[in-house]
Amino acid sequence: MRSAFLEDVDLLNRLALARNSSNGPAAGTEEIIVHGVTGVCDPLGGLYLPEHGVLVVSDLHLEKGAAFARRGMMLPPYDTIATLNILSAVIARYDPKVVVSLGDNFHDRKGSAFLPDNLRTMIKDLARGRDWIWINGNHDPDGTTDLPGTSTDELLYGGLIFRHEPSLISGRGEIAGHLHPSATVRRRDKYVRRACFACDGTRLLMPAFGVLAGGLDLNHKAMHGLFERETLVAHLLGRDRIYSVRYGNLLG
Amino acid sequence: MDLVETQSPGRDAALLPRPFLKWFTEKGWQPRVHQLELLSRAAGGENMLLIAPTGAGKTLAGFLPSLTDLTRRGKIPPGSGFKGVHTLYISPLKALAVDIERNLMKPVSEMGLAVTIENRTGDTPQAKRQRQKLSPPDILLTTPEQVALLLANKEAERFFKDLKYVVLDELHSLVTSKRGHLLSLGLARIRRHAPDMRTIGLSATVADPMDLQKWLVPQGEYPDPPAGLVHVTGGAAPDIAILKTEERIPWSGHVSTYAIPEVYEIIKRHKTTLIFVNTRFQAELLFQALWTVNEDSLPIALHHGSLDAGQRRKVEAAMADNRLRAVVATSTLDLGMDWGDVDLVVHIGAPKGASRLAQRIGRANHRMDEPSKAILVPANRFEVMECQAALDANYIGAQDTPPVGEGALDVLAQHVLGMACAEPFDPLELYDEIISASPYAALSWEMFERTVDFVATGGYALRAYERYAKIRKTEEGRWRVSNPAIAQQYRMNLGTIVEASELNVRLVRRNAKGTIGRGGLSLGKVEEYFLEQLVQGDTFLFAGKVLRFEGIRENECHVSNAFSLDPRIPAYAGGKFPLSTYLADQVRGMLADPDRWHVLPDQVRDWLNIQRDRSMLPKQDELLIETFPRGQRFFLIAYCFEGRLAHQTLGMLLTRRLERAGARPLGFVATDYSLAVWGLNDMGGMIASGVLSLPDLFDEDMLGDDLEAWLDESYLLKRTFRNCAVISGLIERRHPGKEKTGRQVTVSTDLIYDVLRTHEPDHILLEATRRDAASGLLDIGRLGDMLARIKGHITHRDLDRVSPLAVPIMLEIGKETVPGEAHDAVLEEAAEELIAEALG
Repeated sequence: MRSAFLEDVDLLNRLALARNSSNGPAAGTEEIIVHGVTGVCDPLGGLYLPEHGVLVVSDLHLEKGAAFARRGMMLPPYDTIATLNILSAVIARYDPKVVVSLGDNFHDRKGSAFLPDNLRTMIKDLARGRDWIWINGNHDPDGTTDLPGTSTDELLYGGLIFRHEPSLISGRGEIAGHLHPSATVRRRDKYVRRACFACDGTRLLMPAFGVLAGGLDLNHKAMHGLFERETLVAHLLGRDRIYSVRYGNLLG
Repeated sequence: MDLVETQSPGRDAALLPRPFLKWFTEKGWQPRVHQLELLSRAAGGENMLLIAPTGAGKTLAGFLPSLTDLTRRGKIPPGSGFKGVHTLYISPLKALAVDIERNLMKPVSEMGLAVTIENRTGDTPQAKRQRQKLSPPDILLTTPEQVALLLANKEAERFFKDLKYVVLDELHSLVTSKRGHLLSLGLARIRRHAPDMRTIGLSATVADPMDLQKWLVPQGEYPDPPAGLVHVTGGAAPDIAILKTEERIPWSGHVSTYAIPEVYEIIKRHKTTLIFVNTRFQAELLFQALWTVNEDSLPIALHHGSLDAGQRRKVEAAMADNRLRAVVATSTLDLGMDWGDVDLVVHIGAPKGASRLAQRIGRANHRMDEPSKAILVPANRFEVMECQAALDANYIGAQDTPPVGEGALDVLAQHVLGMACAEPFDPLELYDEIISASPYAALSWEMFERTVDFVATGGYALRAYERYAKIRKTEEGRWRVSNPAIAQQYRMNLGTIVEASELNVRLVRRNAKGTIGRGGLSLGKVEEYFLEQLVQGDTFLFAGKVLRFEGIRENECHVSNAFSLDPRIPAYAGGKFPLSTYLADQVRGMLADPDRWHVLPDQVRDWLNIQRDRSMLPKQDELLIETFPRGQRFFLIAYCFEGRLAHQTLGMLLTRRLERAGARPLGFVATDYSLAVWGLNDMGGMIASGVLSLPDLFDEDMLGDDLEAWLDESYLLKRTFRNCAVISGLIERRHPGKEKTGRQVTVSTDLIYDVLRTHEPDHILLEATRRDAASGLLDIGRLGDMLARIKGHITHRDLDRVSPLAVPIMLEIGKETVPGEAHDAVLEEAAEELIAEALG
């Protein structure tokens, strides 16, 4: 029996890591450069741009449980609080001036309007004293209801462009989400799959931040043509640090 | 058992209408005693259980009460009012329902009876199913899932009110599964629509018939008397032998390739040979090996559950026509199907259970008064002893079928929703009905209420979903579905068989340029996780061919012919039966008693003798622990004989304890017979010096905190949770309008499990998961029994080198890795390479 059940083990790691996280600079991060801008990949799943004081998170998929419940599948109603707990840990680490949430902030259009009050308060507290940008995603194209911050389809900032879906025309300086990249590493007969930041120096694809978001392998056809494979590196979310592996080297 | 000569013809005449007597006379047959006894008692109003070996005319016996009743009723004139179904026949296999229709129609048409018979399975076209509801046949041949569907309908009462008999075939196999749980709940509901309905169970021999006799009648506060029992014993004793081989019997492994030339010779000497194996993996390998020696090009076929249904039907048809000389098959051919003139059963590998062996051997020769012939081919030396034990058991008629388990909660949740779809239910009434089903007789009211709450809103402590409730309480206190879409969802997701996510495998052609064409033969299905590990060019064995993996396109796996001789082999997770408790006990007994060794082959006897000289042989109730160094490692072997699942659980728990004790364990491997743990420190020395106490190490308290702690991280529970989540309706397999998304589950159940366990560890679905795992994958019950049994009976031998008895398990090391560990080390290794590259 080969290791067939390696998926998604990073969720408990992230929950534990968030619980034990302290304020201030974090261990286990990895510095990268996208289109000339320095970024810090955090094992909790966020990207921090120190030159601009910007924290980027993507695909929070808040209220995914409730979205399914509306369709008759009663998934646990705890995903939003779990995601927000990790988010508050990563905000506490960097105390960013700006938070950019890269779309699919809520799992469906009704999510932000039906958000329970205690969770709404939690987001308001997290946003206090900083700018918050909600990039619209395909799950939530209409922006948010009664939450701090502004909604937009795209954001140009510090020489980078932030959007939800990666552009098929040009990826220069693009930070995008949508695809939930994950990568599989094979060494001898062991396989490990983890969510990852995918970056070829020109474009960066963010891992999904939401706890119920799942992942899509870098080899999936939806990823084709997005990266220069020679320079593509997967920065995988490990138990307490980022592991960086060259694309061509993933399978050993 | 005697035939009917002892009966007076007068009794036959009274029981059997004229066409039956005429038919028997024309055939030169006489009804058998058990057929008449069953008929007279069922007609007299008793629920009945018939236990009989294959070839005893079980099917006809089961249908005689219906057929005679329907014949006396006569044809219903056209234009009469609606008449509900008269008899339900329920079988665990779709194919069996189809097969029975064929077998039953023959006598019915020969007798010229005015009886309509139809089958209804998942394959029946929608139009026919609709018509069956409006105008049911007299006898409906169907499956547990279809019964649940019919019951969840508003027309259920009309459909079932005239029901007289429910015939349950292969009952021994149905009752131990979740399908059996679902069916028991369905029967409880049918009884409400048709209070006079009688059950007739047909079963192979079981360990405890009373379990089934109770299963067939209402339980609860005022249980009915158990169903009447007709037990047909005897038949000719089977002629079973263990293959006498000139070859060297391997120390380990499961495939018996050493015996291929001998098996081939045996096939040549028989008309049709049925070759049973335990796993699809063995089937594939054996099939390929047989064809490499098949110089006479004998028609030899392959049959297992992953193959394309069309291919399987072809093999079955060829068998029925006696066009095949041999079929290599897994348990898909286990159940009572009647295929052609099989004159020999060859069983490859040990049968793992005495009852399973009896069933499989029954496939050879379908006339009970002639002996069936079988040959067992053990795959390794332990299996020689296991085969011998099974052989002894078959002669003395020992049985080790699993007991009827407690009803599963996920199945209950599914049923509760189904009942709300049928009509608004009163909770008290439904509770009484449910506990009348024997698997749910012990269900508490509190657990029932929690289940209803789970169905309505997910049953969470955080009451977040009241406004989305699937079922709601009306003012009269009845629960009804919130909207029609819920009922539609229920119908699309019903059932208790959760398949691992599988992809269709299609054989495509590579052209000269190396590009791949479209279309091609569909070969069957392979688990997605296995295919995900392949890269283009990898080869594997499937459907009797060595295939080259080309890629995954639109939910299909494309492969081409590989022309390679060294394939990677599908490492299917399922299909391995653990050694039964009964056989394990027999093997322990044989090991301890040299007087019984004379029946064993010389090479096995020599092996045991050397073991006795070098180390020792444990007594039947003793646990032998051996320790020895080898290479840079120290090994500890425990000879528990409790089956692979229980050993795996023990291995997980033991390594935790050894870790704490400072033995620095590195890994373990489990077989059906023993467990090997290896580590960096000298465990033998630690035991000898008293640093490590074996009684403490093997204390029952490991099933407390250690078990809990381990379960928290275990991938096994995630797999079980997925099944529970799907069956209970938390997760849909199919959603209206999205039938063809390919992926069977729309959200990762692993993630849901983690979130739920973190935030509400007492949730009912986690409880259901733990219960399932305890009896299934983890075999905790059996492990607990063993720990109790060996208390005070542990013997330690500290050796300076590996013992003969340890060789088989030592050879398994490295073949099988233990999955589910956090593999950050692998990531680290890969990341180091990047650093080295950067620095170099």
